[in-house]
Amino acid sequence: MASAVVNIATAALDWVAVAFDAPFAGAVVFGVHINGHLVAEVLLIAVLLFQLTRKSYKPPKKPLTEKEIDDLCEEWVPEPLHPPITKEMKVEPPTIESAAGPHTIIEGKEVVNFASANYLGLIGNENIIDSCVASLEKYGVGSCSSRVFYGTTNDHIDCETRIAKFMSTPDSILYSYGISAIFSVIPAFCKKGDIIVADEGVHWGVQNGLHLSRSTVVYFKHNDMASLESTLEKLTNKKAEKVRRYIVVEALYQNSGQIAPLNSIVRLKEKYHFRVILEESHSFGVLGNTGRGLTEHYGIPIEKIDIITAGMGNALATDGGFCTGSGRVVDHQRLNGSGYVFSASLPPYLANAAIAAVNYLEDNPSVLTVLRRNISLVWEGLSDVPGLTMASDPLSPIVILKLKNSTGSLKSDLELLNKIVERVLVEDSILIVSTKRSVLDKCRLPVGIRLFVSAGHNESDIKKVSESLRRVACENWPDIA
Amino acid sequence: MVRLPYVTALTTLFSYGLLFAFGQLRDFFRKIIDWFKSTSKDLKGYAPICLGLEDFYTRRLYLRIQDCFSRPIASAPDAWFDVVERYSKDNNKTLHRTSKTSKCLNLGSYNYLGFAAADEYCTPRVIESLKKYSPSTCSIRVDGGTTDLHTELEFLVARFVGKPAAITFGMGYVTNSAIIPVLIGKGGLIISDSLNHNSIVNGARGSGAAVRVFQHNNAPHLEEVLREQIAEGQPRTHRPWKKIIVIVEGIYSMEGELCQLPEIIAVCKKYKVYTYLDEAHSIGAVGKSGKGVCELLGVDPADVDIMMGTFTKSFGSCGGYIAASKEIVQYLKHACPAQLYATSMSPPAVQQVISALKVILGEDGSSRGAQKLAQIRENSNFFRSELKKMGFEVLGDNDSPVMPIMLYNPAKIPAFSRDCLKQNVAVVTVAFPATPLLLARARICISAAHSREDLLKGLEVISKVGDLVGIKYFPAEPPKHGHQAHKKVD
Repeated sequence: MASAVVNIATAALDWVAVAFDAPFAGAVVFGVHINGHLVAEVLLIAVLLFQLTRKSYKPPKKPLTEKEIDDLCEEWVPEPLHPPITKEMKVEPPTIESAAGPHTIIEGKEVVNFASANYLGLIGNENIIDSCVASLEKYGVGSCSSRVFYGTTNDHIDCETRIAKFMSTPDSILYSYGISAIFSVIPAFCKKGDIIVADEGVHWGVQNGLHLSRSTVVYFKHNDMASLESTLEKLTNKKAEKVRRYIVVEALYQNSGQIAPLNSIVRLKEKYHFRVILEESHSFGVLGNTGRGLTEHYGIPIEKIDIITAGMGNALATDGGFCTGSGRVVDHQRLNGSGYVFSASLPPYLANAAIAAVNYLEDNPSVLTVLRRNISLVWEGLSDVPGLTMASDPLSPIVILKLKNSTGSLKSDLELLNKIVERVLVEDSILIVSTKRSVLDKCRLPVGIRLFVSAGHNESDIKKVSESLRRVACENWPDIA
Repeated sequence: MVRLPYVTALTTLFSYGLLFAFGQLRDFFRKIIDWFKSTSKDLKGYAPICLGLEDFYTRRLYLRIQDCFSRPIASAPDAWFDVVERYSKDNNKTLHRTSKTSKCLNLGSYNYLGFAAADEYCTPRVIESLKKYSPSTCSIRVDGGTTDLHTELEFLVARFVGKPAAITFGMGYVTNSAIIPVLIGKGGLIISDSLNHNSIVNGARGSGAAVRVFQHNNAPHLEEVLREQIAEGQPRTHRPWKKIIVIVEGIYSMEGELCQLPEIIAVCKKYKVYTYLDEAHSIGAVGKSGKGVCELLGVDPADVDIMMGTFTKSFGSCGGYIAASKEIVQYLKHACPAQLYATSMSPPAVQQVISALKVILGEDGSSRGAQKLAQIRENSNFFRSELKKMGFEVLGDNDSPVMPIMLYNPAKIPAFSRDCLKQNVAVVTVAFPATPLLLARARICISAAHSREDLLKGLEVISKVGDLVGIKYFPAEPPKHGHQAHKKVD
């Protein structure tokens, strides 16, 4: 059987060979004998070349024609730039007609003012105003330039040295706006790939800085050290030498009035090798025996905190912000802090006001005792208001009262609180405020009523506000009172 | 447009290469020396706070010429001011102030209308408001930080710019960074000019919207980008964009060029996109009555959706504003983080802007405003034409008070700056990273406070130094001796 097949195959091949050999038998071209197999090979190569020149099959790509693009552009309808204006957007804040001190004038009437973060009562201080007048007559108002290009006056450098001396750090750097300090500092030191562990209750300025830095941000539960420790534990598997790691906290949270437990944070930072960025806007000039902030309050040497930033628009009653730390930290920001390089410098008269305020604080530490006494008086007066409960730390000058039973949604909570605040202003001439939340804010802490206690308030002011709030709350919740 | 000669490009690249090589060599030796010294225990287990090449530029290049930047002054930044002399004991690593000052001609500050120093109309009013309202309100705008001064300023700004309403902030940088995220978010598209300022870039990044760039001042390219983006929609899902905003500036501070506003507005209206105009350098400085780029180029302010500006440059104060329709301003007052979390603008600074605006509008009872506006226009055009005649490469359009003079080579930056200072002229030099690597420049800002003699002195010194340093890249016009003698007599 097999041999028969082989025979037939051989016969067929012979016949093919003869057929091919016949026409070319004996032909010689250029000294090459043309044999039959050469023809087959040439044909094969011709077929290969033919196939290679064919285009491979792809579904045909049809780019949009000009007319189609025109149609799409015509059809496209953009959303309006702003959402529909609601009733609450039309509410205007009260307009102040005099200095925003403990007593101010609204619509011609004198009002007790608990809405200014004027903790040391420096608004209206004669020394500060005199030094500002001298500065205005010499320099005018603005500095008309960035710090890098002739916007640095002697006053700016003196202010930086004064603050550094007060905080016992090598150097400090001035920013022209309080909120821009923190959102310039964070992107200057944290880049893509770094790890940041932040408290979930930090304010918008810090959140913006974290977002702009493009690092990996992990939030831990507000002021909860156990949550912080477990988060740090989870993140300690990366190579420590290549990745920078930071803990970002506020000393005194303006969203909740809580004070960060710095001793635990420093202990955790040393255990897990993180650096600490501390935002001290509301604690600078308030906490500690001489007002040097949270580090003095806990008795921690200032070298252990890597970067401290603060806005000067609160206790120091001026504008602007500063950042302080080691020499390397401060020098790096002079070229990389975007709010420092790309913005005009602080007006010189405000830098002068800051120097005068720090001098005042150093010479009169007793003003802090007055502030603390006022805060405790406020606590005494407001601890049993019906429907509201104290939500801030007993040492915090921002006193926050939140609703005992929330109505369920943030919006209705705010409506209720705003009604109470308005009644207090209209009926008793006392200015207090509710929490303000922007649509861009990621913080989810409960809202409440805020009072900013100052060393300039006297006992009768505090008594007035306690009585007024108690009365309005009783009328609002008659069944609880 | 910058025309970079081939030879200059090569020599500049070579200089930077040399600097880079030397820097790396010194870094290498520094690493060896540090390896011998024991590392301190504090930093064990921590990554260095500034990694690798991040501060290479600072340590090895910038420190060499540090004395050309951050020069402290001891008087107001008027037409002439006192520059504090500094010395260094460790080769420019640290600089110390002395108590000696030298009086120099100020060609660097943004003092376009001359309001920088104490002004006869503004300063008494500012001092009065300081005594009444004290330096700060210590409060955010929506709490207790709105004084009647703030309300008055907002009305005045809206009237000046030609829009229905306005809102003001304490810092120009924060204005951009905090407003753009409120207006547009994820699902939107921002198309910004390639040379926009850092605050706009930060605001755009912070908003979460997609960002595309179009070629500087090129309206046809903008149209191309718009057509492509609207037709394609969002990346990957191809859903239509929620809204599109085009962001441009009035005067670009590093080029001195005016924006081609009429063409860009025409393109934007055709495709129904919103426009955002940043007039930081042009408000108060250009235009017949100082109303900015819109007045100069004949664009109706109603065609621009949002107009932003700052008070730092032409009004001698600090802060920024946004002018737009009543509804947008109402929404911003309610939702913008800079209103809800940042201290309100300092009352004396507010009063300064109000007084300056009144002077410009002529409502103070004198014609000083009109004089200042005419003076700055005349000064800018004169200075620019003279510099061009001398053979310098000057950028920018006519009527713009910002004039960059190209230097290119990194070694010419400190040479130009130091030599000018020796002859009592203070100039500003800008290099990488504020400008592209090869295009370093010296930037001159003209003010209405400069008199003709000041400008002539400035021109004389710049010409001398320009010859010394070798930056007259174009052939100078042959001096017409007869005419020049006549000019001096006049």
